[in-house]
Amino acid sequence: MLEFISRMLGRESASSKTVAKERLRLVLVHDRASISPAMLNRLREDLVKVISNYMEIDEAALEFNLCQDDREVALVANIPVVKMKRDYASKG
Amino acid sequence: MGEVIVVTSGKGGVGKTTTSANIGTGLAAEGHKVVLVDTDIGLRNLDVVMGLENRIVYDLVDVTSGNCRLKQALIKDKRFSNLFLLPAAQTKDKTAVSPEQMKILAKELKEEFDYAIIDCPAGIEQGFRNAIAGADRAVVVCTPEVSAVRDADRIIGLLEASELRNPKLIINRLRPAMVKRGDMMDISDILDILAIELIGVVPEDESIVVSTNRGEPAVMDQGSKAGEAYRRITRRIKGEDVPLMNLEVPSGIMDRLKRLVGIR
Repeated sequence: MLEFISRMLGRESASSKTVAKERLRLVLVHDRASISPAMLNRLREDLVKVISNYMEIDEAALEFNLCQDDREVALVANIPVVKMKRDYASKG
Repeated sequence: MGEVIVVTSGKGGVGKTTTSANIGTGLAAEGHKVVLVDTDIGLRNLDVVMGLENRIVYDLVDVTSGNCRLKQALIKDKRFSNLFLLPAAQTKDKTAVSPEQMKILAKELKEEFDYAIIDCPAGIEQGFRNAIAGADRAVVVCTPEVSAVRDADRIIGLLEASELRNPKLIINRLRPAMVKRGDMMDISDILDILAIELIGVVPEDESIVVSTNRGEPAVMDQGSKAGEAYRRITRRIKGEDVPLMNLEVPSGIMDRLKRLVGIR
């Protein structure tokens, strides 16, 4: 009943401005970095390939994102290492 | 030595020309010697917004290509003897002027005027590069819409890349009632995203349509809310510290009812 009254009086779960702001935030990260999501994905795959030469990583738990702070964009990767590959470690 | 200020936005239709006309007229009303320059070659409009369309003889391209002297092309405003318009050419395109020519023109204007307000065309191509070429400062106009904010962000990036640092933001056509309902981004939402300094907020106002119909900038209309916003922006451009207008919507019967029921 209370919920019905709330809705009658114009309260909604997500206001359209929140949606607008969230969409802008996402689109601007890519605009500012001038990189498309498809390219970002290729970069991620390449990075995984290179790192896998040196260490075993947990691909499922890998986090890989463009982050935005003020007018700066950073590429932030959090890559859990399962174990080092001994042959590369000894070669130095 | 005067200053050249470019009014730009990226997206079309957000109010660059209206803003240019009002800032220019506002500065002239405060006693400064001002020139308005329309750089939207092929789509000139600042002349009609200022109500000076019948007086054009020469235009911007005539000046930059040496067909006439600057003084011959300047149109004196009807209201202020210290306000002038340099109209854009209507029959040529944006490539008729180069950024180098605009730099030379800007220098000449700065010797003659306290302020030169450059009305930039929409887009990020040559028209934009021409408009910003000789500018000392930039004002970015943006409406509270996803598309306008996105384009403003792109423009801010391009301005900074061309060494026009610290552009200032005007949020135009804000509807306080929609903001209150949560259906329009508010000032802080936009500032959060664009991360530049705000120089003014202009509310959506029917008087702008009326003043454009008449060719008389709203900044002259003491009863216009948008006019009041532009008067404040004018003073901020001069470096004065002026508070933002109060754009609060008076609480209506629904608000009181909501408060009564206790859901606010």
